[in-house]
Parts: sequence; C-alpha cells; structure tokens
Amino acid sequence: MDGQMNRRGFLGSSAALAATALGFDLRPAAAMVRELKISRTTQTQSVCPYCAVGCSVVIHTLGDKAHNVKPAIVHIEGDPASPINRGTLCPKGASLKEFVLSDRRLTRPLHRAPGSSQWTPIEWDDALTRMARLIKDSRDRGFVAADSQGRTVNSLATVGMIGGCTDTNEVNYLLGKLRFGLGIVPYENQARL
Amino acid sequence: MHTVAKLIDTTLCIGCKACEVACQTWNDQEFTLGTFDGSYQTLPDLAPNFWNLIKFNEFERGGKLSWLMSKYQCMHCVDPGCLRACPAPGAIVHLKNGIVDFNHDNCIGCGYCITGCPFDVPRLSPTTKKVYKCSLCSDRTAVGLEPACIKTCPTNCLTFGTREDLLEKAQSRTAELQADGVAAAGVYNPAGVGGTHVLYVLANAARPEDYGLPRDPSVPLAVRLWKGPVKWLGSLVVAGGILGAFFHYVRYGPKKEHADAE
Repeated sequence: MDGQMNRRGFLGSSAALAATALGFDLRPAAAMVRELKISRTTQTQSVCPYCAVGCSVVIHTLGDKAHNVKPAIVHIEGDPASPINRGTLCPKGASLKEFVLSDRRLTRPLHRAPGSSQWTPIEWDDALTRMARLIKDSRDRGFVAADSQGRTVNSLATVGMIGGCTDTNEVNYLLGKLRFGLGIVPYENQARL
Repeated sequence: MHTVAKLIDTTLCIGCKACEVACQTWNDQEFTLGTFDGSYQTLPDLAPNFWNLIKFNEFERGGKLSWLMSKYQCMHCVDPGCLRACPAPGAIVHLKNGIVDFNHDNCIGCGYCITGCPFDVPRLSPTTKKVYKCSLCSDRTAVGLEPACIKTCPTNCLTFGTREDLLEKAQSRTAELQADGVAAAGVYNPAGVGGTHVLYVLANAARPEDYGLPRDPSVPLAVRLWKGPVKWLGSLVVAGGILGAFFHYVRYGPKKEHADAE
C-alpha cells in the first residue's frame, strides 16, 4: 500500500517538475526593478570643484534633514536646471562622489614649515592667526602709499590673491573687499591655471 | 505604451568616458585598475562590474590613424536572445518600456544568456556566480529619469527618448551627415534581433565591424531550436508519458506483486 502511494506521489511530483522545467510554468515573470536610490534623498545644489566651467551638481544625501539623521552623500550628478551644463558632467565631475568620500581627502589644514619636507596638522585657529600675521607683516614691509611722483597708489605688490571658479558671487564680493582693502595688486584666477 | 531607447551618435563621441564613470557611480561599482596595453580604452572588455565601455576602435583613414568611438553595452534587443536562452523563470525580464533587465534574485548563473546574446554582452561574475549587464538604468527610467550615462554625456552624443522619436532623430541626423558629405552615414538598428533599443548613427554604416558591432546579429539557431520546437517536442514526450502511465493504470490497474516474489 505504501509503495503505491509513493509511486503515485512520485509520478505527480515528477509531472510537476517536468512541467516547470519544460515551459508550462504559469507564474508571471516578476517585473520588479531596483528601487531608485535617490527617491527620497535631500537634494543640495553645488558647483563642481574642478575646472573653470563651473558645472552645477546636485548632491543627494541620506534623510530629509530630520533632527535624528546623520546625513551621508549617496550620489552626485549634474544639475539639469543649470544653464552651464544642463545636467551633463565630464568624467571628473561624474566621479565627484568618490572625490568627496575619498579617505585621502584633506579635512583639516596642514602646515609645512619652511625648510621642512613634512606636512603637520594644524588647528584652524592657529592657521588663520598665522596667515593673518604673515599677511600683516608682509603688508607692513611692502605697502606703497605713494609712487615716485608722489601720487597716492596704496598698493601692495608683495601679497597675491587667487580666486577659484567655484567661488560664488558672495565669496567673490568678500574676496574683492579683502583685496581692495589691503591694496593687493597680483590677482589671479584658477580658471587660467 | 511608448518604449524608451538610447541613441548613440558616434560622430559626436569624443571618448571622454564620462558615461563610463556615471555608470559605475550610479550602480555603486568599484573601479577596477587595468593594465596599460597601448590603448586609450579604459578596459579591454566589459566585466561583471563594468557594463559600459567606450571602444577606441583604431582605423586608418588617408594613411593616418584615427579612432572610431563606439559605446559597447547591452543593446536591449526587441527580440532578446538572452531572454530566449534563459531557463530560470523571472531571471531575465522584458519590461514594458522595452528594457531587458536581469533580476539577480532569480538568476541561477548557468550562463546560457551569454550564449544567446548576439552582441556578447552579459558577463558571469566568478564571485557571485550571477550574470550582469547594463540595465538601461531600469530604476531611473521606471520613474521617468534618463539613464545615468545619457544624462552626463557632455557632447550630446547620447540621447534618451521614446524609440519612435529617436529613430526619427537618427534618420534626420543621417540625412544631415549625408548632406555634409558623409555619404556612407546610416543608422544601426539590426533587424536580425527585431531592432534594438540602443540605436547608433554610424559614419560608415556599411561597415559596422569597424565599430566593433556585428554586421547582421541574430539569436543563435541552437537557442531558437532549443527554446522553440525542441522544447515543445520534449514537453509532448513527457505529457505523452504521463498520459500513457495514467491510461495504463486505468486499463491494467496498480502493479500486482507476484505471490512468489517473497
């Protein structure tokens, strides 16, 4: 009796197996696509830090800025609203996420003392104080109030200033204030490097 | 429903590889360090974690070397050979918008799709034992976004849209090129696989081999037979066997043990 039942069961299961393997499977093909990884991220507009074109990018970060969220960058791509690049990016711009998240990225100021071959970490306060001190000293030494004919020039040719393509209008306004306030003459932009 | 497509105007490609980077970044794939073999190509071939390769096809024109750029990725065929060959239900899906997508939960890693693909695109991963290829960013296109490679392209060489629109655009671009003196310009949309959802405009459409594209791709005969007539024949044999067993049981009843068997 047992033998018969087993045989019947075997027949049934082998028929089902054969049907599945040979194309009688009526289960619908699961048409599932991957979840969009940026569907509910916070979008922040920014500017690509590389060349002088200044393409706009959208940075996607985890969470909706709620208090208990630690945001992390999950994706960066071009900003279609920008008239400069309209969403496109070159290979360097397209790899910005790796650039931002790189473990070799500088996150704090480093100081290389004169004559040294080593970079040593330095606190922001110390770095800014030292920069201000050196600029002031250099300006005290190099400031020219009047030229050889006695005309007022108030110029400083021993300190230079360099701007970057990603500086915003506001940053440029402040850089201009600083520059004209100190009388700096050498003025260059990263765009021409 | 309109199906989506990608148009690659090879005459506008400058080989910047932004599409390669965008693809890797969007799909969260590691960059693999290759070895320099004298070519500007990123890698010699596609890989399980590298689905989009710009081929720097070297070509002699007027005694001088020049490049014929071509973008090598899944062609998203209208009649996909991989899907025909795939024995695992639901592992390869043909989405309504025309995309041929792999569902790795259902992939059994048999690699039959590699045999079935006339463009030699799917790659079997030795670590996960599953097959990978370009999904035409099915996650992005599902919500109305363009694929990552197309969005990033700085020269407008890549375009995204409905297949009808892009076929039209490919034709008008071909006419434009021909008017500019590129007489051999044409559209690559091979009929052997029912057309593709990745379309090319080639400067020399008579010689797609120069771009690394097969001249007349089609699903291999073995795959067609195996998943067509042979499959139905096999099913018939099995069904006949079961039916025969059933009628044998009805006619003769269960197997009787001989009294002397024990």
